[in-house]
Amino acid sequence: MLRILIIQTYIKILKVKAGLTFVKIREVVKILDACVVTSTENFDDIEINSACGADLMSDVMAYVKENVLLLTGLVSPQVIRTAEMMDIKVVVFVRGKKPGQNIIDLAAEKGICVLTTHHPLYIACGKLYSAGLTGRGVWD
Amino acid sequence: MSNNSIKLDFVIPGNDLLSAGEASSTVKKMLNQLGILPGIVKRVAIAMYEAELNAVIHAGGGEAHVQIDKDKVVVVVDDKGPGIPDIELAMQAGYSTAPDDIREMGFGAGMGLPNMKRYADELIIDSEVGKGTKVTITVNIS
Repeated sequence: MLRILIIQTYIKILKVKAGLTFVKIREVVKILDACVVTSTENFDDIEINSACGADLMSDVMAYVKENVLLLTGLVSPQVIRTAEMMDIKVVVFVRGKKPGQNIIDLAAEKGICVLTTHHPLYIACGKLYSAGLTGRGVWD
Repeated sequence: MSNNSIKLDFVIPGNDLLSAGEASSTVKKMLNQLGILPGIVKRVAIAMYEAELNAVIHAGGGEAHVQIDKDKVVVVVDDKGPGIPDIELAMQAGYSTAPDDIREMGFGAGMGLPNMKRYADELIIDSEVGKGTKVTITVNIS
């Protein structure tokens, strides 16, 4: 029994180290004490493997990875546009920023989930990282 | 896809950062409908989006012409802006001439041209100071 537990823990650590941990979006909402602003039909099925925290959208576009969550303090429709181009399904606005109706409408049209959290960018990223979301992007 | 190529033309409105990306979004949708691999679609979409943003930010808009062939997608973004005096310098990651109001909107990180190069199989920049800039992005499908 103890041996199984040790093996399970070891596998979990290896997965976290390799960035192979997937976190359900409901879990993300809980970790970030987030509000769900726009949702999609498959909301509960969304799983996140890596996260990107940035206020500069061109930096986000240099980030290559699948199942990405974007955390940003920038509130602009171009955040949603960038997410659309990058196939990013979840955007989290940090520092308690509230997106305007134009952003909400665009996100709904593009099928992108929008969350808001009162945590600042650094803390929000840290909370997700501590929860095992250690997957990172690939830069040349 | 048939052997015939598909051609799409867009006018990129100037000084309207809010609608910038409409052309790239349309092209992305079209490529997805054609069943092209998501990774390839993403590369075209990002490179074109960066070029579209550049035309809006630096040149007061322009035109985009897209040709989808069996083996490649070619995106041409043409503007009549101020041109690029030093292309080599503009290609350096982090170099930017974007004004502050553009930076406040999350752009002007100096990653536009480097990102285009990163995602394109071929990038050709023709630019003449005072006349304009033509960026040709080619992404191979196969």
